[in-house]
Amino acid sequence: MNIVVIVKLVPDLVEEIEISESGTSLDMEWLRLIINEFDDHALEQAILIKEETGANVTVISPELEGVDDILYTASARGADRIIKLLGDFENNSNCHALAKALSTLTSDLQPDLVLTGVQANDDLDGSVGPLLAEYLGYPYVGYVAGLKIENGKSRIKKEYPGGLVAEMEASLPALIGIQAAESPPRYVAISKVRQAMKTADLEEIEVSELQASGGPIVERMYQPETGDRATMIDGDEEEVAARLIEIFKELGVL
Amino acid sequence: MVTSAVTDKSSFSETFYDNLFEVEEGERIRTCLQCATCSGACPFGYLMEYPPGKMISMLRADMFEKVIETDSVWMCISCYACTEVCPKQIPLTPGLMTQAKEQLLLAGNIPTELQSAFEFSQRYGNPLGESPRKRADWMKGITPEVPIMKTIAKPVEVLWFVGDYPSYHPRVQLTSKAMVKVFNALDIDYGILGREENSDGDSQRLAGERGLFEILAEKNGKTFDKYEFGEIITTDPHAYNAIKNEYPKLGISYPVRHYTEFLVDYIDQLKPLMVVDNEAKVTYHDPCYLGRANKVYDAPRTLIESIPGVELIEMSHNRETSLCCGGGGGGMWLDGFQWEKAHVRLSEWRIREAVTAGADILAVACPYEPPRFEDAAKMVQGAGNLIVKDVIELIADALGD
Amino acid sequence: MNQEIYVVIEHLQGKVSDISYIMLSAAQNLANSINGKVVAILLGQNAQILANDLLADNLIYIDHPELTEFTSVAYQDTLTNLIQANQPRVIIFGNTSIGSDVASVLSARLGLPMINACHHFENSQFVSQICGGKIMVEGIIPEPTAIITMIPGGYKPEEGKSDHPPETMSFDPPPIEDLPVKLIGYLEPDTGDVDISNEKILVSVGRGIQTEDNLELATELAEVLGATVCASRPVVDQGWLPTSRMVGKSGKIVKPKLYLAMGISGAPEHVEGITDSEVIVAINTDPTAPIFDIATYGAEVDLLDLAEILVEKIEDE
Repeated sequence: MNIVVIVKLVPDLVEEIEISESGTSLDMEWLRLIINEFDDHALEQAILIKEETGANVTVISPELEGVDDILYTASARGADRIIKLLGDFENNSNCHALAKALSTLTSDLQPDLVLTGVQANDDLDGSVGPLLAEYLGYPYVGYVAGLKIENGKSRIKKEYPGGLVAEMEASLPALIGIQAAESPPRYVAISKVRQAMKTADLEEIEVSELQASGGPIVERMYQPETGDRATMIDGDEEEVAARLIEIFKELGVL
Repeated sequence: MVTSAVTDKSSFSETFYDNLFEVEEGERIRTCLQCATCSGACPFGYLMEYPPGKMISMLRADMFEKVIETDSVWMCISCYACTEVCPKQIPLTPGLMTQAKEQLLLAGNIPTELQSAFEFSQRYGNPLGESPRKRADWMKGITPEVPIMKTIAKPVEVLWFVGDYPSYHPRVQLTSKAMVKVFNALDIDYGILGREENSDGDSQRLAGERGLFEILAEKNGKTFDKYEFGEIITTDPHAYNAIKNEYPKLGISYPVRHYTEFLVDYIDQLKPLMVVDNEAKVTYHDPCYLGRANKVYDAPRTLIESIPGVELIEMSHNRETSLCCGGGGGGMWLDGFQWEKAHVRLSEWRIREAVTAGADILAVACPYEPPRFEDAAKMVQGAGNLIVKDVIELIADALGD
Repeated sequence: MNQEIYVVIEHLQGKVSDISYIMLSAAQNLANSINGKVVAILLGQNAQILANDLLADNLIYIDHPELTEFTSVAYQDTLTNLIQANQPRVIIFGNTSIGSDVASVLSARLGLPMINACHHFENSQFVSQICGGKIMVEGIIPEPTAIITMIPGGYKPEEGKSDHPPETMSFDPPPIEDLPVKLIGYLEPDTGDVDISNEKILVSVGRGIQTEDNLELATELAEVLGATVCASRPVVDQGWLPTSRMVGKSGKIVKPKLYLAMGISGAPEHVEGITDSEVIVAINTDPTAPIFDIATYGAEVDLLDLAEILVEKIEDE
């Protein structure tokens, strides 16, 4: 069985996010990029299926700062093939562009299952998963937190609010948008990753022209006003606790 | 159980044995007498299914896989108590325990807290997950401005390696500020790396992440190479241990001292400047990596005794027998995990000793200690008035304004 | 030019979700700016009754057995047909497990530009929220037809409710057969536990709680306050609390008198669940945590220390 996992790098929200001078995009210079948490889960899910069924796992990621590390780590986690897509993804891309860039390569790999994170924090023009699914002509189900392959079909658990879960069946090949893997992404010792850097073959594939279309017409990006911020209570834990008790009394909960 | 390291698939490799003997004096493990002194000295030995002595016997019986199927190894805090007492001088901590942790890591067998600490260290250069850009934020507002090597662009006498917790943790930032005060009082020509500093990596190494340690060391090594300085001084015994004993193995060799060793040289200048009398009974906790691991016992005591009004008293465990605070070797990030087993924190034992000794102040010299001991003091009866301060803070206090 | 604003109604197990009403309110807002008409789109089987309180100018109802409950492909194919036939100005989906399964697919299939995570409309422009709420994006809704997914927060569900159903038209669905995605059944959440959406005082924990063991502190605090413990997603993912205690987009929407958020950063997925709280108190050592933007009170202290001290003080009272 062939599984393809699409992994994207997204802005790390630990850092301050700056807007570029044009005012209509993020300032890439200061941005730290990390693996999209949902894509990390998608990779983990793929490895879990591999461990159960002996599937073949290929991981593809677009060229952005830090992608080599992500791919080698994927290899150390158990991916069989790691592919970097070359192109100006930093400046000239969005989800539609990435999905289009991925479509030919992915379909050539003839996967039975394509996994990717259900969303990413910088998704402005949609999400890569469902867009790619359509370009491939595969059925798409998202918000999946449980996936088993049985009799050539995928048995999935789709999450709804309030803890409600729908059990669905999707025939293969299919593209699934992962919300959570069945267990959290495993840790890989750095020495293993360094080993992978020496032994794994990181393939590079050029992508023909990227076109960042299919999204909105952005006039302005800005940081929301923090005008309506919380009334901060100063002091140490003792002082804060005392004030809180006052507030609780005022509220009538104490 | 998420925090448990127990797994049903153990992985154990030949490299374990090879690595064991590669450690300095590693072959001594063959001469173990099975006297169990190590198991007795180990603070968590009573909780381990396989305390250090038993681990060696399992090793000999070629049954070590059984050991790494339990979580005995993750109860080790790398405090060197076992290594200190072994009659055959087997390097238990750096040899056996660190190697065993490396094996567990390679098998993906690792408590979640520790996983985050490693991931943060790799991504942000510190295990707390704070932005590297904010590493020097603690010095904002201090005058005169703390010199940053990149900005002052000139050689200095002393390169002060600040460390993770002293940079980011609010309680420990106070010790950093105290250090600045003392440096200024003595007119020391110093500089810090600021944002260019990465975690020293020693605790990560002791917790089994050799690869991560190497990456961090290499980064720091490159930064050291950029600047000219007389020696490295650090407030962190773990950084001290790393730079002194481990970095040279990677080709990164610089003279380094702990700040207590450094300040002892200046004691004659310091004494007249310490004008504030502090009538207090001060007891000193020997940090594992300053004391047992690097044999620095006297310098801190000399400094404490030079503070006016202070009476230095000893706890029942001191110097080589000092009780670990539980923070080193990854212990800082195994707290929840170890708590679930032990339901007692080592730091609380130590606080009880300080109280029994009749101390007003518990003096420490390692960044993990102020937060750990202050937390513990809240939990221990009779410790309500016990003050925990780093030696540098006591000196800074004595300088007055 | 057609200025119809389609709103794809979401329903599960016979209940229309709040996001549907929020979308209707948003659509009304947009309609006022562009002189448009709000058309609710309802897919189902014998589901006309669900339209009873939808506030819209019109309703298009599409009936088919395969549409009884939501499945992605059935909705995608049905709506493809509808959009191709009528070419509305805008189609609004929820940014949810239902809407997001369909929106991007249709964008790719029909070549329609798409705007994700829209929070509200300002005149005829959209305002979206990305990067965990840290960045707002304002812009033009491309012509002639665009797809939008909506997040809650900009409008209240009550504003999208009516006391009578809108004028209804039917539309014939395309042939729907041999669907590659089928619904097998639902797994109900464990109901044995308390329903936090009805609780008045909630002590909620997030990543900041650090370990399962520290939950004890939260439980103690809840006890002395007469509150219930709940959590954000990361805590539930670790298995430290059951899913019935999860607050947020994938969990429960709560409306307590007091919501004590301890060690919660305030990611949009969580905030979605708590905006109806009367008072939110946020405890987080990170001053830039977005939770402080929506909380009533905040403090940058250590939550574990604070919890201990609070328990002590409250017990003394």
